[in-house]
Amino acid sequence: MDTVISISSAFCLLLGSFLCLTGGIGILRFPDFYTRMHAVGVSDTSAAGMILIGLMLQSPDGIVITKLVIILLMLLFINPAASHALAQAAMQHGLKPLLDKKESDKNNGHNETAHDRTPNEGRSLSNP
Amino acid sequence: MKDLFAVVMLLGIYGLLSASFFVSMDAVDVAFTEASVGAGISTLLMLTTITMVGRYEHAARHKPTLALAVILITGALLIYGTLDMPYFGSPHAPANLHVAPQYLNDAVPGLNNSKQEVGVPNVVTAVLASYRGFDTFGEAAVIFTAGVGVLALLSVVRRPEEDAEIDAINDSMHQQHLILRIVIKILIPFIFLFALYVQFHGDYGPGGGFQAGVIFAVAIILYAMLFGLSTARRVINQSLIQILAAVGVLIYGSVGLVSILNGGNFLDYSALSSDPVAGQHLGILVIELGVGITVTSVMLIIFFNFAGRRENRRVSGSVTGNNSKNSSATKAAR
Amino acid sequence: MILGLYNYWVVVVLMMTGFYIVIAQGNLIKKIVGLNIFQTSVFILYISMAKVEGGSAPILTDGISQYSNPLPHVLILTAIVVGIATTSLGLALAVRIKEAYGSIEEDEIQDRDNKEC
Repeated sequence: MDTVISISSAFCLLLGSFLCLTGGIGILRFPDFYTRMHAVGVSDTSAAGMILIGLMLQSPDGIVITKLVIILLMLLFINPAASHALAQAAMQHGLKPLLDKKESDKNNGHNETAHDRTPNEGRSLSNP
Repeated sequence: MKDLFAVVMLLGIYGLLSASFFVSMDAVDVAFTEASVGAGISTLLMLTTITMVGRYEHAARHKPTLALAVILITGALLIYGTLDMPYFGSPHAPANLHVAPQYLNDAVPGLNNSKQEVGVPNVVTAVLASYRGFDTFGEAAVIFTAGVGVLALLSVVRRPEEDAEIDAINDSMHQQHLILRIVIKILIPFIFLFALYVQFHGDYGPGGGFQAGVIFAVAIILYAMLFGLSTARRVINQSLIQILAAVGVLIYGSVGLVSILNGGNFLDYSALSSDPVAGQHLGILVIELGVGITVTSVMLIIFFNFAGRRENRRVSGSVTGNNSKNSSATKAAR
Repeated sequence: MILGLYNYWVVVVLMMTGFYIVIAQGNLIKKIVGLNIFQTSVFILYISMAKVEGGSAPILTDGISQYSNPLPHVLILTAIVVGIATTSLGLALAVRIKEAYGSIEEDEIQDRDNKEC
């Protein structure tokens, strides 16, 4: 039983580290702000969750498991809210997602740095 | 690097990295404080300042050759000076030999010793609050002075008709920030609970007055960022915060005075009750409370004055001014 | 001998970086950032001096006999909080300077002062 627990906890920890690494690679390699946010939001949350579950399997007594569960719950609340805040702030300021090649050729690559100053409640490429 | 926004973000990352460095050096209390203060409040205040002074730096006009020469000479002299220092991690370094073993041995009974002076397992809190209580009193006074200084420099007189206009703008933004507002409403009680836990658990684990005060203030700042400054001002009365900042330092000083009245020295907690160790516990509890109250109030004073100044400049501007403030504020929330 | 002292050299490098930023950059916000880096390097100096090989965090529990030195931790705790007090006052001053002079670059502020004299 002990070896099963320690092997599964090691597996969870390794999986969490791998997910974190892929999130980091995603930030560097994805072409557009929104795709980068998606990479980080999903992979960082699940990576931290996996690491916490790995720690939970290894913890000696109940009080530590309770604290880790609470941290996991807080994490599941806060990370998606933060990603949403960033993406909404970008959308509100007019940063357009990179849609397809034709559009980027048309605008001469100005998509990444578009900053128009009008309020953008109406602009919605995906209905909020 | 011309973009000050990138500089501030890098400073936040640097603060978080140094906090993790402190953890690996076994300095858990310090890491806690550095993470909450350096990577949290400091980045927030710098972002607020950048929105007011301008995001990009102008080109420098003179060449920094003299500065480089001074740096290289000073650096070489310092490295020459460190050749005599004790090795990293050696237990026989002079820093670890004289006073520190006495603190470690005498604070709590039963481990290596027979005396028991303070009775608190977290030695850092014991030293901070009891053995070096004067320094912590000075520190509380310094924080209070910084709050008063920011108040003197940045406070604005608000007129009631501006408040009505700001309220109208904030209500129209409700739809936009709906998700964040609901999530924050759920989370703020838990943040308060955590701050209370850190405050009162500082005797047994990492924590104490400073960290708890900062976390308290951050919860209220989050609320103010998402719901609008005027709503937050109505929830938390400004003059109450200013009075609380002074009350914290007053609590600290009065503990010292009560010790004198009971026959001991200033800030000698053993005189606070019949059993000296219980007196130490009581004294540490009350002064950590005082420090926590002062730190919370001063952080709130600083934030409200920075944000109030910013809002005062833009209140006659267009809606876009508020849009950019809210979006930069929500970037800071991350 | 050299390998045992590397933590002090890291501190010296950081300290010189912060010092260079304070004296060579013209923008006031960058000077405050440099001051922050300088402060953090001093914290790292003290905390690295406090570490004892094989020690643990200075919270007394059963079963651990070697602790790291808690005294520098206390000093640095105070220093961090004082550092943020100084930073916030510096930022408030930068905001007021911007309002009074119209810019936060050192050269432009000095030009305006020289012109008005």
